[in-house]
Amino acid sequence: MNQPLLYNRQPPRPAWGVRVDPRKTLSTSEPIVAAPLPTQVQLPLELGPERRAQAVVAPGDYVYTGQPVARLETGARNVVCASISGRVAAIRPGPIPGPGPRVAECIVIDSDGQDRRHADCVPAGDPARLAAARLRELIAQAGIVGLGGAVFPTADKLGGSQPVDLLIVNGAECEPYISCDEMLMRERAAQVLDGARIMLRALGCDRAVVAVESDMPAARLALRAALDADRDPRLDIAEVTAKYPAGGERQLVELLTGREVPAGGLPRDVGIVCQNVATAAAVSELFRTGCPLISRIVTVTGGGILNPVNVEARLGAPLADLVAAAGGYTTTNCDLVMGGPMMGMALAGDRLPVTEATNCLLVAAPGELSDAQPGYPCIRCAECSRVCPARLLPQELLVACDTQDPDRLEQLHLDACIECGCCDYVCPSRLTLTPVFAQAKIRQRAHREQQRQARLAQQRSEARNARLAAAEKRYADGPAPDAGEAALTDLLARVEQRDERGDGG
Amino acid sequence: MIEAVLVMAGLALLIGTGLLVTGARLGATGADAAVDRINQLLPQSQCAQCGYPGCRPYAAAILRDEAPINRCAPGGDPTIAALARLLQRSPQPLDTDYGTHQPARVAVIDEALCIGCARCLEVCPVDAIVGAPRFMHTVLAAQCTGCELCLPPCPVDCITLEPAGADT
Repeated sequence: MNQPLLYNRQPPRPAWGVRVDPRKTLSTSEPIVAAPLPTQVQLPLELGPERRAQAVVAPGDYVYTGQPVARLETGARNVVCASISGRVAAIRPGPIPGPGPRVAECIVIDSDGQDRRHADCVPAGDPARLAAARLRELIAQAGIVGLGGAVFPTADKLGGSQPVDLLIVNGAECEPYISCDEMLMRERAAQVLDGARIMLRALGCDRAVVAVESDMPAARLALRAALDADRDPRLDIAEVTAKYPAGGERQLVELLTGREVPAGGLPRDVGIVCQNVATAAAVSELFRTGCPLISRIVTVTGGGILNPVNVEARLGAPLADLVAAAGGYTTTNCDLVMGGPMMGMALAGDRLPVTEATNCLLVAAPGELSDAQPGYPCIRCAECSRVCPARLLPQELLVACDTQDPDRLEQLHLDACIECGCCDYVCPSRLTLTPVFAQAKIRQRAHREQQRQARLAQQRSEARNARLAAAEKRYADGPAPDAGEAALTDLLARVEQRDERGDGG
Repeated sequence: MIEAVLVMAGLALLIGTGLLVTGARLGATGADAAVDRINQLLPQSQCAQCGYPGCRPYAAAILRDEAPINRCAPGGDPTIAALARLLQRSPQPLDTDYGTHQPARVAVIDEALCIGCARCLEVCPVDAIVGAPRFMHTVLAAQCTGCELCLPPCPVDCITLEPAGADT
């Protein structure tokens, strides 16, 4: 501990953000339960925006648990692993959780009930002796992606050329209701620390800090105990104030280190990499047991669930299985939300598959979440700018969205909005700003593309005008004085050449 | 005494010339820059529906106050709003005498009908048609601005406009 500290052990209380009723204790009273083996899984091939995997198996093939079934063609070529053993029933479009009804190409596997492990699922050797590049390769081959919600391939995040001086292992789960990371730290703290150590080696960095929220003392104690047993001086714990959205990547970096991630940039740009605690645990699992990413912990909670609990479920299992594992529904007309009440998205039903991004299935009883009520006009109280963690001016943004002024939206940095919903939460006029901003972002992207196309069209048009003007000038100037003679000689030479070749033309 | 007068006169001459030169250059680029800024807001379809032979001539006409800001049919209301903001005028509805706003379209040549006359190549303002006399022509969908200028010269009416992005 002779190195200077790169982070605050007691980060300052953020001025932004909101205090929300955590409602986490609903699902933390019981240990994590394992969901029964699903009879069928559906593995989406769309791993996020512009990350589409290619299937490497065909319908009818027999696959073992943990066998790669699809591969990304970008970055470190992350794979998707089969989460059960059985026959590939089909590769067809199926509904996946996402904003609105979404459909993506999915690999459907019918389970044979055996859960037979793929022969390659054995530990690759002591991670402390493997080279960093080899570690990243193994992580990509195990299909490990960020389990905090963004589903970014972990190997790509651990690679890269910029130097990193701090790894933040993000256990600051700030959304209400969600407790999957907290329960993971409580029950598998040693695994989290082990994963952090392996990631440090893959990164070539020698400081890691696990961030926990101040309202999860049990998790902190478990981590502290594991840390004392571990005695690795490179690892540490920091506690952030329980305030939403302190667990957001940019917000956490700012709280812990005081460094601000540039707009449009990544934490990497300021020498930091953030990884979710569940991702760290998955990395440890890979190197200790050889098991790739085939399951994740999902919080199944809410007033519409009989026995809210954290469920460890296979990826691709239908959400209905999770509900069954948590005792079932209490009423019939519940609202299903994937994620928390602040940033989660409404689901169409429980036939959708569990994905890497499914951290929580919130089944809200009628009236549990605030209903959409008509908003009143903005009274310009500026409460939204006070709570905005990105330090934007939501009230000004709302005006610019209404008038559809693309330049003004650019000026107000619409793209820096993380859609956390704090402005909606505090608005005394009950305005819903975040959905408006999300829509405006999509329009803004289309506008930028249009602008780009317009610039290209302008260039081509200008080039054409220049060409026409040059031709006009040549015509007006007439032929050069001795051009006639030169043209004649040229023509005669060509005729001669043609005759020599002997093709009559 | 005489040295001081000479020095001051020399300085005045030098600075005066400098100002004259930079002023002349600034003046020229000033008007050009203004036309450019207006031109940046236009959709660059070069369709000439506004009555001017392209986006930049229309921009110049707006600057000279010869044309109102509501003649750009491809740009529609967003373009008019942007122009109004830049020029600090009140936005007006699109003048439908100069065309109606519709979703982006691209020209598609029915290649079975094309006789290879090359007349459409000459009129395309953005060089988006590929072909040569007596060879089949085709439109580069990504480059086409949907200006419709290729429709009138086609002797066999083999060019149609289809919604952009539908057929790639």
